[in-house]
Parts: sequence; C-alpha cells; structure tokens
Amino acid sequence: MGSPVTGAEGTPLAAASSTSPGLRPPTRRSTELFMLAFAATLVTGALILVEANQEQELSLQILWLGLAYLGLLTVAHLAVRKWAPYADPVIMPCVALLNGLGLVMIHRIDLAMADVKLPGNQVWSPAAPKQVLWTAIALALFCIVLKVLSDHRTLARYGYTAGLLGLVALVLPGVLPSFIAPEINGAKIWLSFGAFSIQPGEFAKILLMVFFAAFLVSKRDLFTIAGRRVVGLDLPRARDLGPLIAAWAVGVSIMVLQKDLGSSLLFFGIVLVLLYVATERAAWVVLGVMMFCVGAVVAWKLFGHVQIRVQNWLDPFADPTGTGYQIVQSLFGLGTGGLFGAGLGGGRPDQIPEANTDFITAVIGEELGFVGLAAVLLIYTVFAMRGLRTALSVRDTFGKLLGGGLAFAVAFQIFIVVGGVTKLIPMTGITAPFLSKGGSSLLANYILVALLLRISDAARAPKTTPKPRPQQPAIADQFTVMVERPK
Amino acid sequence: MNTPLRRVGLAMMAMMLLLLGNATYVQVIKADDYRKDPLNRRVVLDQYSRERGQIIAADGTPLASVQRVDDRLKYLRTYANGPVFAPVTGYFSTLYGAGGMERAEDDLLNGSDDRLFARRVSDLITGRDPKGGSLQLTIDAKLQQAAFDRLQGVTGTVVAIRPQTGEILAMASTPSYDPNVLASHDVDTQEEAWTGYDADKSKPMLNRAIHENYPPGSTFKLVVTAAALAEGKNKDTQVDGRPVITLPGTDTPLPNFNDTICGNGVTASLQEALAKSCNTAFAVLAAELGADKLRDQAAKFGIGEPDLAIPLSVVPSTLGPMSEKPAIYQTGIGQKDVRVTPLVNAVMAATIANGGVRMQPHLVGKILAPDLQAISETKPDEVDEAMEPDEAKALRDMMIASENNTGGGGKLSGVTIASKTGTAEHGDDVKSTNPHAWYVAFAPAEKPEIAIAVIVENGGQQGLSATGGRVAAPIGRAVIGAYLGGR
Repeated sequence: MGSPVTGAEGTPLAAASSTSPGLRPPTRRSTELFMLAFAATLVTGALILVEANQEQELSLQILWLGLAYLGLLTVAHLAVRKWAPYADPVIMPCVALLNGLGLVMIHRIDLAMADVKLPGNQVWSPAAPKQVLWTAIALALFCIVLKVLSDHRTLARYGYTAGLLGLVALVLPGVLPSFIAPEINGAKIWLSFGAFSIQPGEFAKILLMVFFAAFLVSKRDLFTIAGRRVVGLDLPRARDLGPLIAAWAVGVSIMVLQKDLGSSLLFFGIVLVLLYVATERAAWVVLGVMMFCVGAVVAWKLFGHVQIRVQNWLDPFADPTGTGYQIVQSLFGLGTGGLFGAGLGGGRPDQIPEANTDFITAVIGEELGFVGLAAVLLIYTVFAMRGLRTALSVRDTFGKLLGGGLAFAVAFQIFIVVGGVTKLIPMTGITAPFLSKGGSSLLANYILVALLLRISDAARAPKTTPKPRPQQPAIADQFTVMVERPK
Repeated sequence: MNTPLRRVGLAMMAMMLLLLGNATYVQVIKADDYRKDPLNRRVVLDQYSRERGQIIAADGTPLASVQRVDDRLKYLRTYANGPVFAPVTGYFSTLYGAGGMERAEDDLLNGSDDRLFARRVSDLITGRDPKGGSLQLTIDAKLQQAAFDRLQGVTGTVVAIRPQTGEILAMASTPSYDPNVLASHDVDTQEEAWTGYDADKSKPMLNRAIHENYPPGSTFKLVVTAAALAEGKNKDTQVDGRPVITLPGTDTPLPNFNDTICGNGVTASLQEALAKSCNTAFAVLAAELGADKLRDQAAKFGIGEPDLAIPLSVVPSTLGPMSEKPAIYQTGIGQKDVRVTPLVNAVMAATIANGGVRMQPHLVGKILAPDLQAISETKPDEVDEAMEPDEAKALRDMMIASENNTGGGGKLSGVTIASKTGTAEHGDDVKSTNPHAWYVAFAPAEKPEIAIAVIVENGGQQGLSATGGRVAAPIGRAVIGAYLGGR
C-alpha cells in the first residue's frame, strides 16, 4: 500500500538531508502550485460547462465567483508557502478541487432551483455567493491556524480543554431549547442566531480527536495491558474500558438527543480507529463494533426514526413518495446519470431533495455519471491517503494519532454520506467535506486541513538543529515504536 | 504505530472500493431500471424540455407549435385556435400526458422516432439539441373552422373526407376544449382546467367523431340499399309502402316517420322509399336480405372494423346481434344495437362517392423533419371495393333524389348534393328522448370532392321535433358550401 511511497520519498529523504546540512530537501511548493492551477482549470471548465448547458449569459456574478475562487486559492497557497513550506503538496490541490467543484455544483443547483416554484411563493436564495463567503472565512481561519500553531504538539497540552469544549459543542444543540437549537429536517444539530446558524458538531469532531489523541498518547500503556485472552483475542481489562464506554455513551446520546445517526456513527468510528492505532490491538475494534451493534439494535427497537431509516434502506420503493422519497430520487438521479452522466448542467438536481447538502454527491453522480462520482471518490481517497502518509512519516506519536484520525475522519465521512446516498448503508444525512453547502462544515474541514498540513510540514521539514547522530535508523518512526512497546 | 495506521489505510481503501462497487451497481447495472421507472420524472421532464415538432394543417397553417420560455421546461406548447383543432391535435400536458395526435404520433413529435434516426445521429455529432419531427395533417384549416363555426350552439360533430384519397379534411367536435391551458407550465392552471373539463357534463374533451358511436338511424338505409342493389335490385324495384307494420311475432308496431304512406300505400319504388326514408320498406327489405348480407355490406363500408386508427384510434362501429327477425327489422332502419361513429358514416358516404371504392381514412399527410422537409408522404390506400361502380352510381342518384326530398335550410345553388338524413331515436324512453340528427352527404354529386357526416346530438336546439333534415342538413350543406365555394 503506502509503504513503498513512504520509503521512496518520505521519511528517509528528510532524514538523509538532516545529516547533511546545507542541502535542503525540496519543499514541492511549485508542484503544489502547478496542481492548484490544474484544479483551477478543471473547476473553471466545469463552471463554463454549467453555464453553457444552462444557457446562462456569462454574467458578472460568474466572474465574481471565478475570481473569488482563484483569489482564495492564491492566498491559501501563499499561506502554506510561508507557514508550512514543507507540507504535503497534494493535499491542498485535492481540497481546492473538491471545494471548487462544490461551489460549481452549488451554483448549478441554484440555477435549477431558481425555476422551481417553492411553496408559499418563496424565492430561492442563491447559496453559491454565501458559500464563496464561507470559503473565504474558512481560508482565513486556515491561515490563522497555520500561523498561530507553529507546532502541532502544542495541541497535546490542551487535550483535556479540547475534550471538554468538544463535548459541550457536541451536546449543546441537543439540550438547548429549540428557539436557539431548532430541529431541522428531523435533526437537532444546529445552533441558530437569527440568519446565522452553525453546526457545533463539526468542530466537536476535531476537538474530540485532539483530546483522544492526547489522552491516548499519555495513557496508552494502560490500554495495551491485556486482560483475558478469548478466542485468540487479547481482551482489555474491564476497568480500562472506561473511555470506550464513554465514547459509546456519547455516540448514543447524539443519536437520541439529536437524532443525528451520521454524526453518531462518524464519532464512534473515529474513536475506535484512534484506540486501535494507539494500542495496536484489534480487540478494541472488535469490542467497539460489538458495542456499536448492540447500540444500533437497541436504537432500532426503540426509535421510530431509526426504523424508518433502516426500512428505507432495505426497500426504499415501499414508500417511494413518502419516507423513501429522498433515497428513491437519489437513486433515480444516479441511474439516469449512468456511466457518463447527463453532463454538467444537464441533470435534474431540482428533483433531489437537499441537493446542495447531503445529496450533493448524488447530483454529481447524475451530471458527471459514475465516472465523475468515481473521480470525486478517488480525490477523497488521495486526500485521505496523503493524510495517512503524513501520519506514517511524522515522528511523534501525538502527530501520528491526530494525523491518522483526521485522515480517517474524512474518508469515513465520505463513506457514510456516499454510502447513504447510493443505498450501500442506511441514509444518515451528513455532509460531504468541502463539497456540500454549509459554513460550519467548511470551517471545520479547513481547520482539519490546516492541522494535517501542519503535521505534514513537521514530518517533511528538515530538523532545524541537526544533531550529529552516529547511527540513524532506516525508518525513524519504527525506532520510536520499538522503544515504547512494553515487552 | 505504523502497522495499525497502514491497516487503517487498507480499511479506507476497502471503504472506497465498496463505494465504487456499489456506485457501479447503481449507475451501470441498475441504471436502466431507475431511468425507466415511472416514478422518475426526469425522462418526462427531459421530453418536455426538448423542442417538440409542429403540427400543421394541409396548407401549412400551424396548429400546434412551441414557444421558447424562461422556465425549466424550455418550450411551451401552443395551439393556435386551440378549441377548433383540439379534436385533431389533442393536448400535451406535463401532468396528464398527451391526447389526440400529440399522443398518436408522440415518438415523431418528441424526436425519438426511428424515421428521424439519421438526423438524430447528425445532431449528436454536431451537438445540436435534438428536435422533434413535424406532422402535416390532411386537415383543411378553413374547412375545419367553418365546420366548428357551424356547430356552435349544439353538441355534435362534422367529419369531412376527400372521397378519392381518404384524406380527412375536417373533424370538428363541439363543445370543445382549449389544449393551451392543459399545456400550461403552471400546474395549478392545468389542474383547474382538467378537473373543469372532466366535470363538465357536455364532455368537451370527447372527440365525438371517432370516440363515440351512435345509432345511425336512417343513414343506415344506405347500407341496406347497397346490399339490395348488390342483389340485383334497382331503383324501381317495388318495396313495402305501408305506413305501419308490426314486428313479426310481436305486437310492436313499426311506423314510418309521421305514419306517412310511401308509394301507393302498399308498395313503393326503392328510390322513393329511400328519398322518403320509409321505415317499413327498409325493415322488410333488411329481413328479406337477411342478417349475413347486411353484415357483409356493412363490413365493406367499414362497420365492424375492430382496430381502425387514423392514426387516432377509432372506437369500433357495430351492427350488434341480429338473432331474431324483429332485430333485423329494426337494424334495417339503423336502430336496435347498430352503432356507428360519425367517421365511419362519413367513410360510407365517401365510398359511395368514390364509385364504391373505400379508401382508408387518414389524418397525416406528410411526416416532416424538424426543418419541415418531407420525410414521407401518406399514399392513398384502397381498402375494399364495397360496391360495383354502376351500383354506386345508382345509389348516388337515389341519394340525389333523397337530397331533393329533404327539407331544412341552407340549400346550395349550382351544386348537386347526394345525401341521406337520419333521425335516430335513442335512450330508454325513446318517445321523450330527443333524437340524434344525422346528415351524410357528398358533393358535387357528378364529380365528388367532399364527403361528410354530421351528427347533432339530441337534436340540438330543436329538441323532440328535430330531424336530420331540419338540424343536421343545414350544417352539412354549409360545410360543403364552404369547401366548394372556397376554391
């Protein structure tokens, strides 16, 4: 998998250069710039296709959207060049491409919805300009994080603070009264302040990852102590199960309080992966999955909305105009798109509910076909794999855990949302990172990218004070692991 | 920690592969099912946003065209003079589908017909939007208007046919409806119009010329006469002339209209019997000929043909069962279970006019490409030789005598018309139900150019005192006059 790549150009390179000062490793910033330009070209092409297919005049608004996008890319690139010069050169272009494609699709859905008669003579307010604004704010935040956080290990010190904040953010909308935390589309995950609303859960995801990474790094010895051995599995001691049970409880409470199955699943998955990576023991995963299954069955027994989701997953055509409407329309869109799609601007996104948020990948599947959807999935895969590579090559365990967790979070989120939209798993309703409309999601995910780039910069940058070492192990991180493993 | 990280990477890859596999299933394997699902509105919307072909009259007058509009269905179907031509053009509605010619020739009009294949391929290559083909009807726009105008105030229909070719020159039906409102892109407008038409007791959306059959009354005597002529009888053959007879084996009297005497009161010539429309003569004559001969002759005129399509489907005309002698008596005067569509009655007149040769009635003159170039032309199609030429000539002469004996206004000077009227009783209580008034005719008798059938349901405004001569004949004569005078 990733190992030959890592060996070829990752850690050994940085390590080798550190032994010979004066010969700095390449930063690959020009590669990034080149790929960013490529992404910008693709996005511009997509925008022009949408306009052509929708027979829109090339209006000033388009110019504004395009220029804004290019300007934001430039700023992001310059920020990375200045504050994280050795960061992975592929991550930013992936994000730029996804974000750009998302903007194009949101604009495209605006065009489609402008013709639709909304109930009560409402007028569709275009979401694209707002999303551009959110992108700008998100990128500003991205720059701030890169600038302020010069070393990701600083975060480890604020682990408990982050955990507390994350927990509060996660539970807040569920417990607050509905005038400030309204239930929208059956989920109580928003905090609403007039026209402005945020989803604190998106930020909680990152805060809790920081907490878990920090917590596990400091306490991992505890979790590696085996309890009993059952059918080839070293089960942890019962008293060490605390964090897992806590995570499970939080996951279940999200599900119950907020009716947000997707976030619950996402959150629980991330905790399991972090536990597994920290302890290197599959037993945690097996236990966790079992607990999840129990929780899921109980939830299914108890809650009507869970039953509806499962039923619509098993047979959406049982009630195609009622509860199964969303998934049925999504499948129709995907099926009509077929292998090569209806063409950008040629689909019917107005037929799919929540087209610009949860179902944006269905619209991409309709207009760009399987080929387009696969391309998008592969961009996410590349992004996640580069994130994972960052985790593999960084030297400190906190960075490894956090990097791995962040990369997995994106991949898992995509799995949940695309799996739901394509009827692989029950529909849960979360957003596709960078693609979907939504300020909170963009802000949180750009912070995620900033953290990944920060860790990546740390992994690839030459040591500032190279210490002469007699013997450098071939792969630096293995050394760390061997020392820490209790024998 | 790298080993579990790599495994997490593998898990991420597996998730993506699952997504890709499932997307392949949805978008490639199941795609066709989803695309063609009747619940999938995309296909319909697609069709409604393509430039649909025109329907034009014989002289090129547009009857149904499209207008470019600024909503999500790009083209609005418009019908110039909608109610006049509605029985022919039909309607094209997003909610209720299509009717009339819009439905019968939908494939051609929407562009998916194989006859347009070559052009579709070139459209694909040149990237033009596919357009539908057009239809040139045989309808004479002015004649249709004249027929519609003459039918104002009554419930009825006029069908006009060119005897030599079977081209349908006019097919008007009143009351009519406006297909423009049904084609509206505003759903509420459509709904309101449809429910209004649907609830209307006068059935404005019923095309009475082809979708309703009526007792033909005395017009059926033409069939009996034709059968008699084929048996070697001639205009001077003596037939029953009594004012009233009793149906054999019953006490039911069968009187002449107003109990008039035909001939000398005992016998009358066949010509006089037809001209005066003596019921007793034709009842006895029919019984003399027998059910089989009547049925044969009727079939030669097209009565009983099960799947006539012009290409609009025509409900069958039928003689009904004639197992008992009284039934044959009543059938002979076009009562009992005889039911004939106005179209078939017009075909009968046209067949006599055409020297006994029955031509296939049709509405489509030419199939046109989107650029209005002719792709194919309908060739006149001879279906049957219903009568020997000299018998047809003899029948024509008798019909001229009938016309001369028929009252009613609007007689034309300078044109000889051959005609037969009918006053058809119907309903459960025939004496208090207003009779249908019929008039079938062709002109000029020497060299026929037009054959028509007129029916006015329930005697129009004349009520119980209505007769074919008084109510239907003036309409028929006016239509013939409009056609012959306008050339």
